[in-house]
Amino acid sequence: MKINKLKYYDLTRELAITGFKMKYQGSFFGYLWSLMKPLFLFLILYIVFNNVFKLGSTIPYYAVYLLLGITLFQFFVETTSMCMGSIVGNGDLIRKVYFPRIIMPIAISLTSFATLILNLVVVAGFAMFSKVPFTFNIFILPLYLVEFYIFTISVSLFLAAIFVKFRDIGPIWEVIAQGLFYATPILYPTSLVPTRFLKILMLSPLAQVIQGARSTIISGNITTSWSVLGWYSVIPFILVITILGISYMVFQKMAAKFAEEV
Amino acid sequence: MKKNIDKSEVAIRVENVSKIFSIPHEKRNNLKGAAINMFKKNSYETFKALKDVSFEIKKGEFFGIIGRNGSGKSTLLKILAGIYVPTTGKVEIHGKLSPFLELGVGFNPELTGRENLFLGGAILGLTRQEVADKFDKIVRFSELEEFIDMKLKNYSSGMQVRLAFSLAINAHAEILLMDEVLAVGDTNFQSKCIDEFNKYKEQGKTVVLVSHDINTVQKHCDRVMLLRNGKVMKIGRAEEVANKYSQDNIKDEENRIYSEDLKKADSNSDKKKPTKKASITKVQFLDKAEKPKNIFKTGENLKVRVYFKKDKNISNLEFGVAIYNSEGNYIFGIHTSFDKIDTSVYLRKGYFQVEYDGIPLRTNSYYVKVGIWGSKKEMPLDLLEKSNFFKVVSVDRNQGIINIDYRWGK
Repeated sequence: MKINKLKYYDLTRELAITGFKMKYQGSFFGYLWSLMKPLFLFLILYIVFNNVFKLGSTIPYYAVYLLLGITLFQFFVETTSMCMGSIVGNGDLIRKVYFPRIIMPIAISLTSFATLILNLVVVAGFAMFSKVPFTFNIFILPLYLVEFYIFTISVSLFLAAIFVKFRDIGPIWEVIAQGLFYATPILYPTSLVPTRFLKILMLSPLAQVIQGARSTIISGNITTSWSVLGWYSVIPFILVITILGISYMVFQKMAAKFAEEV
Repeated sequence: MKKNIDKSEVAIRVENVSKIFSIPHEKRNNLKGAAINMFKKNSYETFKALKDVSFEIKKGEFFGIIGRNGSGKSTLLKILAGIYVPTTGKVEIHGKLSPFLELGVGFNPELTGRENLFLGGAILGLTRQEVADKFDKIVRFSELEEFIDMKLKNYSSGMQVRLAFSLAINAHAEILLMDEVLAVGDTNFQSKCIDEFNKYKEQGKTVVLVSHDINTVQKHCDRVMLLRNGKVMKIGRAEEVANKYSQDNIKDEENRIYSEDLKKADSNSDKKKPTKKASITKVQFLDKAEKPKNIFKTGENLKVRVYFKKDKNISNLEFGVAIYNSEGNYIFGIHTSFDKIDTSVYLRKGYFQVEYDGIPLRTNSYYVKVGIWGSKKEMPLDLLEKSNFFKVVSVDRNQGIINIDYRWGK
């Protein structure tokens, strides 16, 4: 069957735009509401870890540090769990029309990514307000975001495909995501982690991206994968590409039967 | 190299396509179940929805696919649309195909009519630019100009259908796949559909229509394929296939009645009391040629023959036959004692029979109740309740429950 690739580009875009409209009901206040969740989480964590546990004092600009970490992690969790249900949730469409099934999770991830960019603008405003000095390091940020997006869509594709077969992946993934939240230096400064563990910790693409992004915005002495692992910090990159390859293959192999199984 | 020559005129080529669904005995759609049963082999039941189906559709043809429910026609349509992947075999599509299985698939009630046209257009395979170019035409056709910026959820269902249909017919695909769902809708809408599809025919577009309704298919299609239990029974001109389809349906019906009769006979045989002075053994429906059958056309001759057994010392018997329709209405009853018939000939033969000339009954099932009496005043010696039935099929388009002779006045 001949497939016109171009028309699927249009379909992806229409679905992503629709997703965006639905998410914010087409209004600015809709977007503000969507900020409430990460902001509240940030506020609670900031009060607990800055004022109660006094962790914040060891990190310069702890508020910006924490907000950026939460914003990025929130993107990962939201995108993966939304994509997970993207095939099953659109069963009606899948059963009645043919289009490459991969469009569904990709459209959702693009919607989320657009939200992430908006959120990062808010974080940037917050950073300016907190008088974080501007450096040209910020131009490296997009590279980390690309890595982050690829990692997120890879995990999403895998989850979306296996969710069709195993409907109890939902709560399992929630638990795993909770674990990842604490296995990634989001709340705590890396200086609290023993070097042995830190080396393992920084192998995670999530840790690499979040610490990397922090280093581009806040700069100063942020521990990045480079500073901990040196050249071994290509390992998270290789991990991302490997997961992408596996997930893509799993998804495409299972996609042929989605219409029968959803 | 035959392929290259006729490639330009073949729109769809299906070669030896089979589709097997495997239905697990135990549904495992969670990880827990899969983990628990990891070492236990899950047994599957396979269901062959399509068996070695091959056919070709030429460009510009109106091609019909008919078959009863479960014959595999929807599965085949989904394979053509690319929604299902065939288990074996090959499908070639030459030309842009519109997955027209249902109207308004993917419309979002929270979006406006305008936004939905762009979204729905993309789902039908149009680019944003293409929708923009045709936008005015689509809206004009749908007659929804004033409402186009209203949210779809505030549309009436009729308006939604109009919007979806206008979009779909303007999608300008070369090959259209249509399921019978399209035939749903009011008469106005249906005739609008038909008009548009006739235009398609003029434009040389290919249409594949799937239905179980013989009339729709016969009216619109040049060639028809009959599917039965996933196999191609016949491909040919619409009338030929339609005839075969009707015959098959009648045959199926007869087999069903026959097997029900057998079942009944089994259960009756033990109950039969031999103490009766006379008993009915068998009821048969015969046509003019004395051939037993269960389906009759309106106006055909029907003969009911009833076999019975009797004690040797009985010298006189009376017989009665009553016809009921499937709703239980008593249609017609006769009795040998009413007509003062000499029954001695029946006693000799061991059966009696009634001939109804040109039955005026219309499409329905009719039950027959037969009885044997020693004389009309006493209780029947044997009475067979409404356990035997025949069917009547009317071929004309008149309505009602019986046929009355009529002619249109001058």
